[in-house]
Amino acid sequence: MSQAVLEPDAAAARGMDLLRFATAGSVDDGKSTLIGRLLFDTKTIFEDQLEAVETASASRGDEYTNLALLTDGLRAEREQGITIDVAYRYFATPRRKFIIADTPGHIQYTRNMVTGASTADLALILVDARKGLVEQSRRHAFLTSLLRVPHLVLCINKMDLVDWDKAVYDKIADEFTSFAAKLDAPDLTIIPISALNGDNIASRSDKSPWYEGPSLLHHLEHVHIASDRNLVDVRFPVQYVIRPQSTTVTDYRGYAGQVASGILKPGDDVMVLPSGLTSKIASIDTADGPVEEAFPPMSVTVRLTDEIDISRGDMICRPNNAPAVAQDIEAMICWMDETAPLRVGGKYTIKHTTRTARTVVRGLQYRLDVNTLHRDESAGELGLNEIGRVKLRTTVPLLADEYRRNRTTGGFILVDESTNRTVGAGMIIEAR
Amino acid sequence: MSQTKPYRVSHLDALEAESIFVMREVMAEFERPVLLFSGGKDSIVMLRLAEKAFAPARIPFPVMHIDTGHNFPEVLEYRDRRVATLGLNLVIASVQEAIDTGLVRELPDGTRNRIQTPVLLAAVEKYRFDALFGGARRDEEKARAKERMFSFRDEFGQWDPKNQRPELWSLYNGRHHPGESIRVFPLSNWTELDVWHYIAKEKIELPSIYYAHEREVVERSGMFYAVNEFIKLRDGETSEVRQVRYRTVGDASQTAAVLSDADTVDKVIDEVAATRITERGATRGDDRVSEAAMEDRKREGYF
Repeated sequence: MSQAVLEPDAAAARGMDLLRFATAGSVDDGKSTLIGRLLFDTKTIFEDQLEAVETASASRGDEYTNLALLTDGLRAEREQGITIDVAYRYFATPRRKFIIADTPGHIQYTRNMVTGASTADLALILVDARKGLVEQSRRHAFLTSLLRVPHLVLCINKMDLVDWDKAVYDKIADEFTSFAAKLDAPDLTIIPISALNGDNIASRSDKSPWYEGPSLLHHLEHVHIASDRNLVDVRFPVQYVIRPQSTTVTDYRGYAGQVASGILKPGDDVMVLPSGLTSKIASIDTADGPVEEAFPPMSVTVRLTDEIDISRGDMICRPNNAPAVAQDIEAMICWMDETAPLRVGGKYTIKHTTRTARTVVRGLQYRLDVNTLHRDESAGELGLNEIGRVKLRTTVPLLADEYRRNRTTGGFILVDESTNRTVGAGMIIEAR
Repeated sequence: MSQTKPYRVSHLDALEAESIFVMREVMAEFERPVLLFSGGKDSIVMLRLAEKAFAPARIPFPVMHIDTGHNFPEVLEYRDRRVATLGLNLVIASVQEAIDTGLVRELPDGTRNRIQTPVLLAAVEKYRFDALFGGARRDEEKARAKERMFSFRDEFGQWDPKNQRPELWSLYNGRHHPGESIRVFPLSNWTELDVWHYIAKEKIELPSIYYAHEREVVERSGMFYAVNEFIKLRDGETSEVRQVRYRTVGDASQTAAVLSDADTVDKVIDEVAATRITERGATRGDDRVSEAAMEDRKREGYF
């Protein structure tokens, strides 16, 4: 491997921001090599880890150091040479800290991909330049758009094996761009790389003079994510009520939570749902003292000027900009349970923001083929890893927005009431 | 809406906000949470986060120390002082006591890391704890890299890596039947360097052994162990006084020091940023046993 080029600067690290990205793919695409390369070039692979991987590779009879063994942490994965689960990896450059949610690419792991994408600011999809787009690349792009990951990077890998032919790049880029246009896809960047040789990873390569875009790492460091956050719609799901039982602090009643969206300021008029009662923000507290404003993803404690009955699961918003108070929900649901399918009439626990309710499946409008995007309206159920449009009715109202407008107040999970397993992930299309 | 401010959040602030969110979720949804406190830097950071999550109220749950009996005196002193300052209820689950009563048997090599597990599980049962905060981070070890923030444990405290609940957005599923429990790892997304930056930012005091000091040590397979009541010189070994610090604090019979002249938090940050060996690889004899040592211990109910 070539020399490491970037060194996390200890002093600058305190001011950097955080980017979460998801990768999907299999060893064949060179995904593990790419992640290994990013970690290596940012000096994140440690010598003892590399030694352990070298030893393990040699004992398996691998011809090269298998960097997949860095991320495949479970015994079963190492024995079978497959990735089963989402693995989280961390690296940093002087500008940013990165969290990678590394997920397996095959269709039987759709639930893992959906999980990894749910918190991602950016998704990275890899294709082999020799093979071009395959079914899997389209599926990954679709899931990225379904989960509304704001930025998408297509890495056309193994460019060294097609002699850095610009025509190969152009053909794949054109095909992907026109496919992505149909998906209502987010911001798209396409980069020709060789993960194995490190070309266009940490710095621009002289092998692709015709490519004028950034290197992958440069793009990851500079992609603008601040405006992805919704700073318009004030949504503050109340998590926990802080009422100190103490002789020194008396009469304190604060509503603790994490700002889902919007900007809160002391003095703002607010409305509390589902009661609809209104008040003003008296102060926004943190352990370090009161703050002048709170915005996502800050965890704060809000105090109001009036004593009104507020508990966990309630939502603080603005009188003229509120989420729906809704018991009828239409949503895309990704089913995640291998033991039983989702069926009309099924009853589940639903967890949405800090609110938990019960729900019944009123209808399954269609099941979506995640490879062809064909809608099967005759489908009677959703099996493991299947996605469909579903109608739900809840026992108590949810305080909900469309997922496309707000990933925090638009997403929910379904929990099986007997096994307690998380069986479904939902993205709200309509709430009323 | 015209934006005049960037509304930027540093990565440390984002990590802190996430950890605080997780702690509040647990407090809101569980009956009997407890925070596992070893006096190590990660549990110290976790305790600070708990302080911040519930301010101005006190931390609303007890802390528990699984005491192997192989302790660094500086760490015990720190533990007791911190617990007193915060007015916390401290539960001590003693491995020595468990050996004396026959719950566990001392291993032939005298190490107590592995026999902590039954002691931990017995304490969970005795106090009926349903959520246990642990300071584990995903960057520490490859099995941990796959573990959830809310990690479900059956009635035997076991982790089943192939049967984990998907964790989406910030929706954590803590539901469980009586007798089952959830291990919660609020520092999952923190790295060793993040922890040190946070210690610097928050001016958090640590036990003195985290900073460079002179100590009588003996070198074994490239690691430097303090010579004390738990680690005695073997035939042919010689000790020497070196400038060292502890990068992790575990069982005193198995935790090694690293050679270091970092005697301030800023120097430690520089050292950690430049190091080429992971913290567990550099300091923990027990992790060197096999490729899957951690996974196997976690399956048995380990932290």
